[in-house]
Amino acid sequence: MSEMSETTLSAAPAPLPVQPPPGCPFEPPAEFAALRTAEPISRISLPDGGWAWLATRYADIRAIFGDTRFSSDTTIPGYPLGGMTGGHTTDHRGFIRRDPPEHTRLRRMVTREFMVKRVEALRPEIQRLTDELCDAMEQAHGREDGAIDLVEALALPVPSLVISLLLGVPYDDHDIFQRLTGKLLSRTIPDDERETARGELRGYLHQLVSSKEAEPGDDILGRLIVEQQRTGEITHDDVVAFAALLLIAGHETTANMIGLSALTLMRDPESADRLRRDPGLIRGAVEELLRFHSIIRNGPRRVATTDVEIDGHLIRAGEGVVVAVPSANRDETVFPDADRLDVRRPNAQHHVAFGYGIHQCLGQALARVELQVVIGTLLRRFPTMRPAVPDEEIPFRTDMAIYGCHALPVTW
Amino acid sequence: MKITLDADKCCAAGQCVLIAPEVFDQRDEDGIVVLLDDAPPAEQHEAVREAAAICPAAVIEIHA
Ligand code: HEM
Repeated sequence: MSEMSETTLSAAPAPLPVQPPPGCPFEPPAEFAALRTAEPISRISLPDGGWAWLATRYADIRAIFGDTRFSSDTTIPGYPLGGMTGGHTTDHRGFIRRDPPEHTRLRRMVTREFMVKRVEALRPEIQRLTDELCDAMEQAHGREDGAIDLVEALALPVPSLVISLLLGVPYDDHDIFQRLTGKLLSRTIPDDERETARGELRGYLHQLVSSKEAEPGDDILGRLIVEQQRTGEITHDDVVAFAALLLIAGHETTANMIGLSALTLMRDPESADRLRRDPGLIRGAVEELLRFHSIIRNGPRRVATTDVEIDGHLIRAGEGVVVAVPSANRDETVFPDADRLDVRRPNAQHHVAFGYGIHQCLGQALARVELQVVIGTLLRRFPTMRPAVPDEEIPFRTDMAIYGCHALPVTW
Repeated sequence: MKITLDADKCCAAGQCVLIAPEVFDQRDEDGIVVLLDDAPPAEQHEAVREAAAICPAAVIEIHA
C-alpha cells in the first residue's frame, strides 16, 4: 500500500471500527450505520501505516465477494495485511488465501467432507456429544452450586471435538491448539508473538501429519494423504496447510456463535419461549442469529487485481478492501428493522455471515447443524438458564478478530 | 419453470440443498451440485428462486 503523502497525513482516515457502542455488546460498531448512508465505500488506515477501502453496504459487499477480480491471495502486492490475524500469509497459506485455479483445485479436495448429507449424518453424534457435555454441566452445577462457564463447558468443546474427530487430530491435544488459535486470532498481541504461535501450530501439525503419513486413519487428513499426497497432487506442506485452516476455521467460529446465541436467547425470553414451543423454528432462528451477531470482525479482505468500479467508486489495481460483514447484515435496505433479533425473519438466510462468492464458508453446513443442536438442547434442558453476572462483567471479545465472549458464567 | 446449472462454477456451499432438497443434491465425490428435477412443479418454484438468489457462485439459472 502506498505511503501517505505529507499533505494527506493530517487527514489520515480512521482505523477499522471494531468496538461495539458502550453498553451495547450486541450492536456492531456504531460507525457502520453512518458510513452506509454517508460513505458506503470509505477509507480506513491500517496499523502498519497503510490504508484500505472499507465496504459497508450489503449490495457492494456481495458485489466484491462475488467478483474474482478481488483477490484473496495475500502474496499479491497491495493486499491489506496490516492488522490481519489468522493463519499463514506465505507459501504455507491455505486455500482461503488463494485464487482460482489453485483455490478451486484445493477446495474441491475437501468439499465432499462438508457437504450437507455428510454433515446431516453426523447430527446424532453431535447430539450425543452435546448431551454428554450437558450432563457434565448439570453434575458440576449440582456439586458446586455456583456458576458454570458455558464457553468452557459447552460452546468451545462441541465444535472443537467435532473438528478434531473429522480431521483426525487427537482431542487430547486441545489445550495446545486452542491456546495457539487464541493467539492467532488476537488483534491485540504483538505481531512477533502471533508469528511465534503460528510457527508453533505449524510445528505441531507438521509432526501430526508426519505420523499420519506412516499410518493414515479414516479421517479427512488420512484421506488427503492417501488420495492426494500419495498420488502427487499435493505435498506434505499442503496437508499441513489444510490441517491448520480447517482446525482454526472449524472451532473458534462456531464456539463464539454458540456463546453469543445462548446469551441473547437468555435475555430474550419471548423468542426463547417461541423456539421451545415450536422447535421447527430453530433452523431459521440460527440464520437470524448468524446475521445478528456477524462474528467475523476483522475482514474478510481482498486486493483488486485490476481497476474495478464499485457503486461509482474506482478501486485501483493493487488497492486493498476490507469487507464489513456485520455492517452488510444490518443493512436496512435488505433487512427491515435490522437491529432487531427476529427469529422468524423471512429472509434471514440472505445474510453474508459466511461470506459470499467462491470462498463462502466451506464449513457452513457443519456450523449450522452444531448451532441447531446446541441451541435446541440448551432451550430444552436448561429453560431457566441465566447469566450469573451482570452484562458489564461478561468479558466480550473486543480484542479478537472473531467476536463473542471469552467466558460466559451461567446458572439456573 | 426450467432450470439450468453452470456446475463448473459451483463451490459446494450446499445452500441450494438446504433450501430446495427436492430439486438440488450434491455429488458424492465432491459435493458439486446436481439437478434432481430440471422442471420442478409449481410448489417448488419459490424455493428454487430463493436457492438461486442465495447461491454464492451464481450457478443456478432459471428460465421462465
Ligand atoms: C458460525 C461459524 C462460522 C462462521 C461465521 C464462518 C465464517 C466464514 C467466512 C465469513 C468465510 C469467508 C472468508 C473469505 O471470504 O475470505 C469462511 C470461510 C471458510 N470457513 Fe467458515 N465460518 C464458520 C464455521 C466454519 C466451520 C465449522 C468450518 C469447518 C471446517 C469452517 C471452514 C471454513 C473454510 C475452510 C473457509 C475457507 C473457504 C474458502 O476460502 O474457499 N468455517 N468462513
